[in-house]
Amino acid sequence: MLTSCTNAIVLTVNGDDHMLVVEPNDLLINVLRNDLGLTGAKYGCGTGQCGACTVLIDGQPTLSCITLAVACDGKKVTTIEGITGPDGGLHPIQEEFLNENAVQCGFCTPGMILMAGDLLQRNPHPTEDEIRHHIKGNICRCTGYNGIVRAIQNAAQRMAAGEKPLEALGTTVREVVKR
Amino acid sequence: MTDADKPTKYRLIGLALPRHDALDKVYGQTKYADDFTMPGTLHAKVLRSRYAAARIVSIDTSAAERMPGVHAVLTARDVPRNETTSKFGQTHSAGGFEGLYRVLADKKVRYMGEAVALVAAETPETAAQALRAIDVVYEPQPGVFDPVEALKPDAYRVGEEDTNVVCSYKVRKGDVDAAFARADVVVENEYRVPFGDHVYLEPESGTAWIDEDGVLTIRASTQVIEHFRDVADILRLPHNKVRVIAPMLGGGFGGKEDITVEAYLALLAYRTKRPVKLTYTREESILSHSKRHPYVMRYKTAATADGKLVAMECELISDAGGYPFLSPWVLLYSTVMATGPYKIPNVKVDAHAVLTNNTFTSAYRGFGAPQVCFAYESQMDAVAAQLGLTPLAFRMKNYLHTGDELGTGYALESAVLTDETAERALAALGEPTKPRSPWEKIGRGIASGMQSYGRLVYLHDSSRSFVGFELDGTVVVRCGVQDIGGGQTSSIAQITAEVLGVSMQDVTVYFGDTALTPLAGTTTATRMLYMSGNATLKAARAVRDALVTKAAEMLDASPDRIAMADKTFRVVGDKDHSLSLIEVLEACASDGIPLSNLAQFNAPAREVKESANVEGQIHPDYTFGTHAAEVAVDTVTGQVTVLKLVAAFDVGQAINRLSAEGQLEGGTACGAGYALLEDVKMDRGRTVTCALDTYLVPTAADLPDVTTIMIESGGGMGPFGAKGIGEPSSTSSAPAVTNAVADAIGIRLTRLPVSPERILTALKEGQAKRDDAVSRRVPELA
Ligand code: FES
Ligand code: FES
Repeated sequence: MLTSCTNAIVLTVNGDDHMLVVEPNDLLINVLRNDLGLTGAKYGCGTGQCGACTVLIDGQPTLSCITLAVACDGKKVTTIEGITGPDGGLHPIQEEFLNENAVQCGFCTPGMILMAGDLLQRNPHPTEDEIRHHIKGNICRCTGYNGIVRAIQNAAQRMAAGEKPLEALGTTVREVVKR
Repeated sequence: MTDADKPTKYRLIGLALPRHDALDKVYGQTKYADDFTMPGTLHAKVLRSRYAAARIVSIDTSAAERMPGVHAVLTARDVPRNETTSKFGQTHSAGGFEGLYRVLADKKVRYMGEAVALVAAETPETAAQALRAIDVVYEPQPGVFDPVEALKPDAYRVGEEDTNVVCSYKVRKGDVDAAFARADVVVENEYRVPFGDHVYLEPESGTAWIDEDGVLTIRASTQVIEHFRDVADILRLPHNKVRVIAPMLGGGFGGKEDITVEAYLALLAYRTKRPVKLTYTREESILSHSKRHPYVMRYKTAATADGKLVAMECELISDAGGYPFLSPWVLLYSTVMATGPYKIPNVKVDAHAVLTNNTFTSAYRGFGAPQVCFAYESQMDAVAAQLGLTPLAFRMKNYLHTGDELGTGYALESAVLTDETAERALAALGEPTKPRSPWEKIGRGIASGMQSYGRLVYLHDSSRSFVGFELDGTVVVRCGVQDIGGGQTSSIAQITAEVLGVSMQDVTVYFGDTALTPLAGTTTATRMLYMSGNATLKAARAVRDALVTKAAEMLDASPDRIAMADKTFRVVGDKDHSLSLIEVLEACASDGIPLSNLAQFNAPAREVKESANVEGQIHPDYTFGTHAAEVAVDTVTGQVTVLKLVAAFDVGQAINRLSAEGQLEGGTACGAGYALLEDVKMDRGRTVTCALDTYLVPTAADLPDVTTIMIESGGGMGPFGAKGIGEPSSTSSAPAVTNAVADAIGIRLTRLPVSPERILTALKEGQAKRDDAVSRRVPELA
């Protein structure tokens, strides 16, 4: 085997800094799942076509199955495990996913919740059409999307009425240690 | 949502409760198959055939075996029993329904993607390199890729037998030919439906290891933990030395009913004595695992001028692909349900499943019902048009009711409310949408369907469940269900909580483990609520009866006057006397009265008849419902926009209103995908749609909000009168959409999916079959 040139990187994942040694071709999804034990991001296709592996990088939804870990050096990564409500319990989006049965097998759920958070941060009052278009890169095979769309609509109302947006949660910004 | 506010006689049954498994899922904490790792795990990969039809001349694994980090390379000769006659997870001898299951290709490959060799290595990369180092010499064969071709006497032989026919069934009732001769309208059409992929979001995955007691343990994404028997047979191990655990699944839809990774993992773990993990890539999943059967269906339907169906003749040819798997069963379902929810005095069905060198086909939500539903519901609209009747009016004259006979002669025993579902589904479409441009056409369609719930009565199906109190008043259920995402375990918790007067949070359900949970059968065939719901209900009631008897004794009242709710026993009409649950549990424990019960529920059973003639009762019961759709067709681009979708079903009794509604919504969405998008394209056995940008499934932007209408007849055979809904919710969705498209453009397309290309071709050439072009009026005196 060829000696590979490994890289040391720093990822801030859900507020915690991690110094990691990765191969140049290591994918973010594998680093999160295998090295950090954060299995919330799911492998559904590996080719950027299903959205199951969605995470937020510096607040931007990103498909971790087609993102190299080295490219995330010094960045803030938020996974589903970093999403909680103001009191450490459920975030309104999560609560509405429960109430509206937006969760069946749950395999699309982490990606969907992160996309929902992203949408509501950019657009606090989305129409049904805007919701559907925002999540169209995330496949759900179980729900027909009904419950998911309803949940996002309900969460939008609650957040418009003063509950916390996703962005402020789970991503306590810390000084990133540059290598 | 309708019927939601009506008063209920139950405390929890029928309520819209957040599912008890959903909390972990919104936190991203649920550990699916691939989320679980053992220390020292090796990574497996599967070498798959590059040819659809070939002889294997030789396999040289020596270079792969020598590679550092490679721990095992296995081929057919390393498998103790490479060929089993699998009963596919069944708990009872399945008679004529067994099929060959070959673990690794031997001498011959029968479809592209068939497994030829297995590798276990330290890293996935090493395993992949080892695959490339295996030298397989193939001698390509001509193969056969069309089931109609494969039926010909001189066709290439896919398997080792001297015929490609897997099985044939027929139904005969009355005299169709005489009826056709007398009928006022006869419509004849040929329909074709494509291969479908399940696209469960979680690809096939699992880990196997040998535990501290020497038991070969497999934790895998499966709808059938009872494949432990197949795995044991393959390794020639006693059945009690193999354990299968099914964690929460990321979807199944029938695709995880057949064995997937289990045997490969078991062989590699047994050989290496190390934990081994295998997760398919999406490409591998689409290429190599089972598909929905494509069918060629010839239908001839006749009616009298006053709108009565008098005859239906159906010829069904199913493409079984390279191996039989569940094709015989799927075909039997199609045969029984070929004529749909209609009362028809003269019926003739001939059905054949045929091997080809295409990817093998097997279970897929609907199990043979969606194919025929597309055909018979297209026929119903075509006949209605000939008669000058509306689709609803024609159907209303012909729906089956309780007591009416199917083509097989079985008289329906349970509630049949198809009429009501049809009227309400159509009404729910509301005012027609206005076209947005001169070239946009709006159309509406309905389609009714029938779909069995519970397995074939030949299978003598049963389920077991254990329900018990702990001394603190919490409850444990042990039931070997597989939870594929439909709320299977949550419904079991809800049923238990209802009966035992506790909250759902007080109930823990252990599920899906052949070593720890009593076997409950498969999570397939829309059977889990029906079978395991009934088993759980039976066990919970037995526990309740024991406790109530004890409480009655302690309160000095007769047991029928004792109410058990909210963890308290009360004497009805007597406010002063009550006992806490804990008091009664302690008393029972001290008196040696069991706090638990293990119950078994048996479905109706029949013996298999050794005849191709299908007669009498085949399934325990059926669910009936109707879908309605409104679509807009852009006649310039051929693009279809689904504007409205309605699903109206008699669900018997919703157990969890949210889950039942979710099944209706999700099933309807899948059906819309079948109608418009989904098509596994194969070119001489080579799948050319191996990714999700070529095999398209509906996204949120492709679908409207699905309106659900639940009617609760209470007439089902499940707990509290529930009917099964998982598969029925999908079956009639596709023809509702295609009937709407036909209504919009005035041309009936007889091939799925109804893609923009097909619509444009039909519109441009104007030579697609119009209803009137393919049917003929029979002269009065003929
Ligand atoms: S796994 Fe990344 S998009 Fe599907
Ligand atoms: S809940 Fe199963 S894929 Fe969305």
